[in-house]
Amino acid sequence: MSILVNKDTKVIVQGLTGKTGTFHTEQALEYYGTKMVAGVHPKKGGETWSSGLDGAANLPIFATVGEAKEATGADASVIYVPPAGAGAAIIEAIDAEVPFIVCITEGIPVADMVKVKRRLEKSNSRLLGPNCPGVLTPEECKIGIMPGSIFKKGSVGVVSRSGTLTYEAVFQTSNAGLGQTTAVGIGGDPVKGTEFIDILEMFLADDATESIIMIGEIGGSAEEEAAQFIKDEAEKGRSKPMAGFIAGRTAPPGRTMGHAGAVISGGKGGAEDKIAAMEAAGIKVSPSPAKLGETLLEVLKG
Amino acid sequence: MNIHEYQAKQVLKAFGAPVANGVPIFSVDEAEAAAKQLPGPLWVVKSQIHAGGRGKGKFKELGPDAKGGVRLAFSIDEVKSHAADMLGNTLVTAQTGDAGKVVNRLYIEDGADIESELYLSILVDRTVGRPAFVVSTEGGMDIEAVAEETPEKIVTLPIDPDTGVTEADAAKLCDALELTGDARTDGMTLFPILYTAFVEKDMALLEVNPLIVMKDGHLRVLDAKVSFDGNALFRHDDIMELRDKTEEDAKEIAASKYDLAYVALDGDIGCMVNGAGLAMATMDIIKLYGAEPANFLDVGGGASKEKVTAAFKIITSDPNVKGILVNIFGGIMRCDVIAEGVVAAVKDVGLQVPLVVRLEGTNVEQGKTIINESGLNVIAADDLDDAAQKIVKAVKGGA
Repeated sequence: MSILVNKDTKVIVQGLTGKTGTFHTEQALEYYGTKMVAGVHPKKGGETWSSGLDGAANLPIFATVGEAKEATGADASVIYVPPAGAGAAIIEAIDAEVPFIVCITEGIPVADMVKVKRRLEKSNSRLLGPNCPGVLTPEECKIGIMPGSIFKKGSVGVVSRSGTLTYEAVFQTSNAGLGQTTAVGIGGDPVKGTEFIDILEMFLADDATESIIMIGEIGGSAEEEAAQFIKDEAEKGRSKPMAGFIAGRTAPPGRTMGHAGAVISGGKGGAEDKIAAMEAAGIKVSPSPAKLGETLLEVLKG
Repeated sequence: MNIHEYQAKQVLKAFGAPVANGVPIFSVDEAEAAAKQLPGPLWVVKSQIHAGGRGKGKFKELGPDAKGGVRLAFSIDEVKSHAADMLGNTLVTAQTGDAGKVVNRLYIEDGADIESELYLSILVDRTVGRPAFVVSTEGGMDIEAVAEETPEKIVTLPIDPDTGVTEADAAKLCDALELTGDARTDGMTLFPILYTAFVEKDMALLEVNPLIVMKDGHLRVLDAKVSFDGNALFRHDDIMELRDKTEEDAKEIAASKYDLAYVALDGDIGCMVNGAGLAMATMDIIKLYGAEPANFLDVGGGASKEKVTAAFKIITSDPNVKGILVNIFGGIMRCDVIAEGVVAAVKDVGLQVPLVVRLEGTNVEQGKTIINESGLNVIAADDLDDAAQKIVKAVKGGA
């Protein structure tokens, strides 16, 4: 099993015709034939997109998400639209009732995400991101920009606020022989669609996921809330072995560290509080980002 | 992006918020004319730097007994002497670090008779994904200290973006701030004004500390700190014009030209990494092995060879850098592009310090080949752990 996406997930692409959209759609098609079914472009409806791959795949382009969904029966949409228009692209997907929306775009104004968040509350869609690497279920489906080559089908659920640290966790669990069920990047923005708790709940409920790696970073209190959730669930008898890491121990207060959400403000959001909360919930936190796999192996050995 | 207090007040005034009259000055010669534009008999001379704690701050050049960065003046002559004292000198506050900041601008403001001081701010509350007011009756002091000592005196009120500040919201804020009479009437108007300014100008933080009740019973924005969402500046040319580059680190300005996320730090190991999380984690692991990072630098996802070269030059322009660690886990970012950029930069600016390169992910073999065949004196690393140990050893060993 897996969470969020599998071999049957049909995906449309908003922003397919741009350079980024084209590159990553080709990569997805090459990754175990992820079912990319259509593209959306307001001015190119009716045209056809051709990949540069051998045995060229062609995807139809529709003018709106609604038309694309209707014609293909897509379950998911991935968004590569530039930041100024990305908020509107997400809202279009919500209005078209796409069940699962993944927004890769980095740099969307917070005010636009506030509007998106309000629309999400009134809908049944789930948004992953923005400013995230997407989601990948090994040998089945790749939505987003994660490098497929480092994955291995297996038993670890990976959830992370950081893209490249997701890769570290995947790479290290592959090298440790464990492999992954699904890896999910929730994104580095302060206002986003899916939080740690949502994904942790799915991993706890997924039988194939035997252990979990959770990677957080400075800023906000999502890690503390996730730790509380893990603690509460453990008291109800639901728990899985977990390892974690928090990036930004050495970050100075008041400075935004690349991710819009990664800032220690008002004495809150520092790494030490997060690590303490996770440890208190029984999550073994690795002091080094290079020892994620090793730390999880230690936990599994007991 | 941060702006100065006087600029923040001009922005808020345009939305109808009550602020005192004032005049910004850049030289002592302008002080008298500025003061004469205001009625007196009380003036406030305020240092304009992008850091808080100015009132309690001290000027490096003036000795410990001199007054701070915000001063009262009871005559025009006093305004002039304060201006002469402050302009061009270095103000050290709790937020500037030991180096302090040179005061290049002053704000001469009409004094106010203060009855009480309150705290108000607006920011996006990330737990609910909505803008929220944070208010307290304990204004004029460090809000973090209030949060620590008397958290019950801080009230947070998220606002529904669909409705904006409703009458009920404004009344709740008035209650929390214990406003009565004219001050309450003022508050019912002021809170929606501040919210509108926050949303329309894409602010990241709007902080009024203190918001004062004057002796005449009315409210006034006595101090204002505003920062803007950098991702939204593309739609606010008027705000972009308020940028004061003298307040920013030269290396950070250079980095922003190439759309690189760069933060200067105090250590001696320069870092070039892709991805914000991995960049922070790289700083952390350097520290774990007993050294200090000189910077945070995320080259981003789709970096070109030119961007990588620019990043490398920014790192080497920092005289504190005694070694460089390049740590790349290629997803979108291809290792061969990084390798080409590093090789080009080294050929261009030379390499006076040890350089450790760790490459993993997309096109890693091509990347390693480019580095190996370049003939450069690069220390290759197998993984993140190995890379961190090697650069720390190279730097400490050379000391």
